[in-house]
Amino acid sequence: MTPGSLSRWHLYFVQLPSSTEVAQWSFPNLPVAAFMIHRTFSLIVDNLTCVRGDREVFSRLSLKAQDGDAILLYGPNGAGKSSLLRMLAGLLPVTAGSIRWQDPAIALSPPPAYCGHRDPIKAWLTVGEHLDFWCALHRGGRIDDAAEGFGLNRFLSVPCGLLSAGQKRRLSLARLMLTSASVWLLDEPTASLDSEGIAQLETLIADHRAAGGLVIAATHAEMAIPKAVKVKLRPPVLHAGTVE
Amino acid sequence: MIHGFANPVRFQRLTNGLYPWCFAAMVLCLGIGLPWSLLFSPADYQQGESVRIMYVHVPSAWMALFTYLVIAACSAASLIWRHAVADIVAQAASPIGACFTALALATGALWGKPMWGAWWVWDARLTSVLVLFFLYLGHIALARAFDDPQRGARAAALLAVVGVVNLPIIKFSVDWWSTLHQPASIMKLSGPSIHSAMLWPLLLMILGFMFYFLTVLILRSQAGMLARRQRVLRLRQLGL
Amino acid sequence: MIPYVAVLRRDLRSSIRHGADTVIVLAFFVVTTVLFPLGVGPVAKTLATIAPGVIWVAALLATLLSLDRLFAADYEDGTIDLFVTSDNSLILVVVAKCLAHWLTTGLPLILLSPILATMLNLPASGYLMLALGLLIGTPVLTLIGAVGAALVLGARRGGAMIAVVVLPLYIPVLIFGVLSVDAVINAINPFPNILMLTAALLVGIVVAPPTAAFALRAVIH
Repeated sequence: MTPGSLSRWHLYFVQLPSSTEVAQWSFPNLPVAAFMIHRTFSLIVDNLTCVRGDREVFSRLSLKAQDGDAILLYGPNGAGKSSLLRMLAGLLPVTAGSIRWQDPAIALSPPPAYCGHRDPIKAWLTVGEHLDFWCALHRGGRIDDAAEGFGLNRFLSVPCGLLSAGQKRRLSLARLMLTSASVWLLDEPTASLDSEGIAQLETLIADHRAAGGLVIAATHAEMAIPKAVKVKLRPPVLHAGTVE
Repeated sequence: MIHGFANPVRFQRLTNGLYPWCFAAMVLCLGIGLPWSLLFSPADYQQGESVRIMYVHVPSAWMALFTYLVIAACSAASLIWRHAVADIVAQAASPIGACFTALALATGALWGKPMWGAWWVWDARLTSVLVLFFLYLGHIALARAFDDPQRGARAAALLAVVGVVNLPIIKFSVDWWSTLHQPASIMKLSGPSIHSAMLWPLLLMILGFMFYFLTVLILRSQAGMLARRQRVLRLRQLGL
Repeated sequence: MIPYVAVLRRDLRSSIRHGADTVIVLAFFVVTTVLFPLGVGPVAKTLATIAPGVIWVAALLATLLSLDRLFAADYEDGTIDLFVTSDNSLILVVVAKCLAHWLTTGLPLILLSPILATMLNLPASGYLMLALGLLIGTPVLTLIGAVGAALVLGARRGGAMIAVVVLPLYIPVLIFGVLSVDAVINAINPFPNILMLTAALLVGIVVAPPTAAFALRAVIH
């Protein structure tokens, strides 16, 4: 029995970038666009490809962002919004392409604040204990401001097991106020939030951008974020059923 | 050169070329070695005919250890450079190594009965081989314990590297334990001075086992790569 | 240092709030030890011979039982993502978690061991060495166990997997721990064994947390 010969190596693993979508981004209007081209970008993503398991999630994604920007990622489920955010946060290794922050020689410090799907909340600890812990973890921040920003003042001594999903979401978003990170990566931040919570989040994002921070969020909801750059992610175009 | 192996096509071509030679060498070595050692080599003046078990026991014990080193090297390559081929080879080698270890344990027990009068003796070497067997089982199980096969591959790779570092420690501690508990019964399974009439068939058997290992490893690695390709194609067929 | 002390405090607080979990581990330790006289027979001399081994094996198994909760809760709710993306050293976070685990599992085991040693008729000379051996050995068990716990995060049958992965690595600790007690009982010098245990502890402190941190980073993909 002789093993057969298989010559096309790209069929072993995932096919590397071929002909897929480049992210589209919409300029507010042309003069501003011309102005933006000459400013230095604090984030440059170049031809980024994401492979998870044996699946190619997105390929040849490029985008640029600078201080004070907000980038909203849109796309169907499975388009790679969470994967992109995790790559930017450093949780997922880069398969191909590059992510460059500001000056490559200067490490981004503090690192981007990543707020994922799940709420890092333990049912048996109280709201105040969580805020204390995050404050210690991020070495600073004002707990009172964070609690007030999301209306959690009344709940400081409540065990988180008693909170509703929306309140837990607010608590995990409150952590953003305790970090001094200039880049925020938010994955579905509005999930389970009511309109008041969404309004609080929008205020928070606006304040952060005004202070020169960058916000990149993947969201299905309509959020009132002025001058946001919208990036639509689409899964790579595949020829279903054919095998080359 | 190591990075050359990372390319699946090149690996495929290399193994396709090697396969017939390994197969032929295996048939040759085992074809000559088995009759020579089991029938024509001299019987030991102390142990009689039962020394012939040594010709199977020693090569399988040696291969068990060698396979683990191969797995550890591939796992290190996989962890450091993320070579997917190294992952596949390590996982392919693991059941082979487990079988060698089981064979070594079984032949050790079979040899122990005529030699020491008991099927199992808590001798340092046998106990170390037993622990090695558990390390293999752990490696095999861990790789398949995850729903995401690549996660399993990474975990198993890390386990293999941790295990290879621990292997000398375990061997040393079991030696220490054995000498303190059984000072009077120090067994020499294969003495340092072995008669050349027994040495040559033994070496031939070791070579035969080595070529057998390479042959089966090539087969299993290619099967692993095909399985991976099939998975990729199925995902693409589903439009994912 | 403040973040790591906060991690330690949080884990300790969690263990205290879940006091039942710690008690279960200790109960398991006692029950396992009690099974041996029931299985082997209450002859005092036999029990005295097997006492060090039984107590050490039971301590091993009890530590194993508590290991799968070391990282699991943090992994499920995404706190490990938090640790990795914050500005802190994941290695020191792992050290803090191991310290919390040892304080809530290893230390009670050490404190319980003289009682169990009495039940198993351990000769009086062995008590101190048993406690000393466990004092040095249980942190090693926690550290090696942390590597195992990080490796099997997200696996099916995580508990059994940890056992299969970690028990072969525990064997040297078991051997040296039991030999040290046996040595004292037989009036031989026990210190080579204690020194080996200490060496294992020092190597474990240096090697295990980075390995566990590496495994955690691999997990969160």
